[in-house]
Amino acid sequence: MATLDTSRPAAAELFAGLSLRTWKLVGLAAVLVAACILPFVISSYQLLLATQVIVYAVALLGLNILTGYNGQFSLGHGAFYAIGAYTTAILLDKTGIPYWATIPAAGMICLVMGFLFGLPALRLEGHYLALATFALAFAMPQLLKFKDFDFLTGGVQGIVITAPDPPAGLPIRADQWLYFFCLLWTVLLFLLGWNLLRGRTGRALVAIRDHPLAAATMGIDTARYKSFTFGVSAMYTGIAGALGALLAQFVSPDSFDLFLSIRFLVGIVVGGLASMGGVFFGAIFIEFVPNIADQLSKAAPQALYGGVLIACMYVMPSGVAGLVRGIGLRLKRWTAAGPP
Amino acid sequence: MQALLHQVLSGLANGGIYASVALALVMIYQSTHHVNFAQGEMATFSTYIAWQMINLGLPYWVAFLLTLVFAFVMGVAIERIIVRPFYKAPALSVVAVFIGLLLVINSLSGAIFDYTIKPFPSPFPTDAWYGSPYLSSHEVGMIFVTLVVLALVFAFFRFTPLGLAMRAAAENPVSSRLVGVRVGWMLALGWGLAGLIGAVAGMMTAPIVYLDPYMMFSVLLYGFAGALLGGIDNAWGAVLGGFIVGVLQNLAGAYLVGTELMVTVALVIIVGILVIKPAGLFGRTIVTRV
Amino acid sequence: MTFKTSMLTAAALLALVAPAVAADAPGVTATEIKIGNTEAYSGPASAYGAIGKGESAFWTMINEQGGVAGRKINFISVDDGYNPAKTVEQTRKLVEQDGVAFLFNALGTPTNSAVHKYLNQKNIPQLFVATGADKWGDYKDFPWTMGWQPSYRTEAQIYAKYILKEKPNAKIAILYQNDDFGKDYVAGVKDVLGDKYAKMVVKEATYETSDPTIDSQVVTLQASGADTLITAAIPKFAAQTIRKVYDIGWRPTHFLTNVSLSVAAVMLPAGAEKGIGVITSNYGKDATDPAWKDDPGMNEWRAFMKKYMPGADMSDNNFVYAYGVSLTMLQVLKQCNGDFSRQNVMKQAANIHDLVLPTALPGVKVNTSPTNFHPIRQMQLQKWDGKTWVRFGDVISGAGS
Repeated sequence: MATLDTSRPAAAELFAGLSLRTWKLVGLAAVLVAACILPFVISSYQLLLATQVIVYAVALLGLNILTGYNGQFSLGHGAFYAIGAYTTAILLDKTGIPYWATIPAAGMICLVMGFLFGLPALRLEGHYLALATFALAFAMPQLLKFKDFDFLTGGVQGIVITAPDPPAGLPIRADQWLYFFCLLWTVLLFLLGWNLLRGRTGRALVAIRDHPLAAATMGIDTARYKSFTFGVSAMYTGIAGALGALLAQFVSPDSFDLFLSIRFLVGIVVGGLASMGGVFFGAIFIEFVPNIADQLSKAAPQALYGGVLIACMYVMPSGVAGLVRGIGLRLKRWTAAGPP
Repeated sequence: MQALLHQVLSGLANGGIYASVALALVMIYQSTHHVNFAQGEMATFSTYIAWQMINLGLPYWVAFLLTLVFAFVMGVAIERIIVRPFYKAPALSVVAVFIGLLLVINSLSGAIFDYTIKPFPSPFPTDAWYGSPYLSSHEVGMIFVTLVVLALVFAFFRFTPLGLAMRAAAENPVSSRLVGVRVGWMLALGWGLAGLIGAVAGMMTAPIVYLDPYMMFSVLLYGFAGALLGGIDNAWGAVLGGFIVGVLQNLAGAYLVGTELMVTVALVIIVGILVIKPAGLFGRTIVTRV
Repeated sequence: MTFKTSMLTAAALLALVAPAVAADAPGVTATEIKIGNTEAYSGPASAYGAIGKGESAFWTMINEQGGVAGRKINFISVDDGYNPAKTVEQTRKLVEQDGVAFLFNALGTPTNSAVHKYLNQKNIPQLFVATGADKWGDYKDFPWTMGWQPSYRTEAQIYAKYILKEKPNAKIAILYQNDDFGKDYVAGVKDVLGDKYAKMVVKEATYETSDPTIDSQVVTLQASGADTLITAAIPKFAAQTIRKVYDIGWRPTHFLTNVSLSVAAVMLPAGAEKGIGVITSNYGKDATDPAWKDDPGMNEWRAFMKKYMPGADMSDNNFVYAYGVSLTMLQVLKQCNGDFSRQNVMKQAANIHDLVLPTALPGVKVNTSPTNFHPIRQMQLQKWDGKTWVRFGDVISGAGS
């Protein structure tokens, strides 16, 4: 732990008597407290949006682990989101498994699927990997509505599911409970991700991204790490899909079109590659910008959305996280120089 | 047997569409090392311009040439105004910009020209001698045009100093600058030419699939698959790849798994081939030196 | 009574009355009725965005004419990009944030399915949904949901019955879009043919909207030796099918879904002479069919378009559809007689008698009752003669299960 901090000299610096690290922790705690108060102060519809944002954030974190940290390009993560969503929907529809148990099941299935997909994908790089993953997203709706799977997937009609009730005795509404349920998973998965990425594994992933040959020479088993990353990444996105299914209470092939995968990619780029906090900004972007565009123009809402996307990239080519990092660096330089 | 022949020929016709888009992708890849996701939408928009001019009463070939000029200027303009500021940005930010462009152009096509499908004229007479029940005269003409464009692209990169300079600019911008290549303009030129080839592809495709804002949306994916399958670093490989994708898709649908899984199986086969031959069937294998 | 107490009484009265109104008729005030709608303004189904635009224009017209029962219509139409997850979100925005009285003509089968249960649980009318699926007429399980147009399945039943009667030994091929729209046609044919389906239907083929052409499918179907073709395809692929069938020299009896009977968007792009003999059935008038050039009903629609949608594409049947379905809604609002509570809106929606729409074929009337949630069940067969659709036979009432 302490070794990691050496790469950040500013961590030891004092600001208003507290180290930057402490400040970060205080900030994080404040955000969590705010997140817990949130469902009691906003309307039910706004809560739906907030829940959707944290669900997207989990999906984006999954993609970011793969693309941001490990440098593997995926245009097909909507497919894993779909697999996760369908796993939960089918389990709820066909078996008596309680809803909370379907989430880890969805995660496990996506972990395995992602790992298996990652094996052949090992040989593909850059544009080729983009094509392979894009193909996955392209083919997914077709598989979901394939007639031989109808008995499970409900075919083109999809599956309607019921939202979970809050545990007996808890005096909150169902949608508030679902929010906390999603929040719990989000916190868990972010802690897991943080643990994974800050240590040996994280450094190996980044090394493979930045210099695969050097990484291999240093004794990192690139193939194993890469397919492992694919699995973990798919697991995150799959769990997000499972939560998303509970939220929408409905899955159908049309819910998981190509645009979903593209939206995820946009989300991590806008939020910032290789940034855990950035995914929240990305999630906010992909959730709210289309709504705003729709309110401003009925004729060409997508033109507006695309325009905003390009403008965002222009202002902050490394995403929101990059922007924040830049400001942070300046702040540090300013504090290092001492108050004038 | 006759049905098989028919499937192959109609696959070739579809393949011709993919091949022409693949050519535009190769053009932009050779000159900028980017894959432009908005290529298909640019082609569709150019085709709408042609449609508008023909509707205003201009003869086909006049409209055709004016559209090529328009598409070239549009390509150069997009490069200079929108893409240029991103040359130092991370690769994925550039991809995001391409996605943004795709959405903007697609949405504008719909807003300006509506979403109802529009017939687009073919320059080849329907009763020409080369037409048949298996392959209409337009489909034969389109394949011919694609091959002509292929020859031009090949010759351009192979034999002209400008083509060489463009390849150099993409391969090694710093050294190219040192020997006096104006790298910035080379990139813009690459975009312009890709836009132009895309416009040809659009005007050849529209008579077959009809003109609508989503005309090139999925065609681009198959074109991309074709380009990668053949090898995106050489034009004839990409064209061949496009034809292979077209035929493969038809045969998979007709004889292998039925139409319901046609797309899936075709894509699995393509990705499978790429896993075995990562540089594409006819691509140059790049040996990395440590 | 002093001034102060009278104010207090008034306030108390208001306090009593105001929540009463809000509870009885959400989304309705003394001056306004809020109506919600989800539409595909973006995404692959954006062509249907025209319906939402046409409806917005329609309610603008009604408001200019003074509204309904002294109230202006506030038509709130939002984009869901044809994505069910987004529909859930947008519908809840309309209901919970905007507080609409009910939903009208939301687009799409998967999208409406996603909010089917939610709206019925909350007792919010989901009226005249813009989809041809059969399930919107289920008044027993979903008493707050109602369709509008004849279902695809009913239409397919009509073709199958016609085949059984006119061509009992037909060898049938079916070409359909691989989604709920296409599969409803297969289901309709199965309903009628029953055991004979396996024998009479010699080949099925599907296409995806992402396929560039359907040539391969048509070739496959021809090779099966079929002499009858049923095509359930959207305009782009319907036009391709008619052209390809003709070009390869195949001459089956060709039945075409009424989704794709537009003269300007299907028959002319396919080639007017190539479609001769194609049979379809319809309940409405096609905007581009010369048969309705001087029709008073269609002229009424044209006048509306000219004034409220200047510059719009007059060949787009989505605008005709929007006008017809909006008129049905208007009739329901008028019948409400000032009581716009959700119960009454639903009650009146199920109480339409012989409404004649200017955009509907002669003889086709809108009828609903508490046990009939299929407002339009009548259709007439028609055949393409190279210039126009020629109606033949009687106006047929579909089963509308």
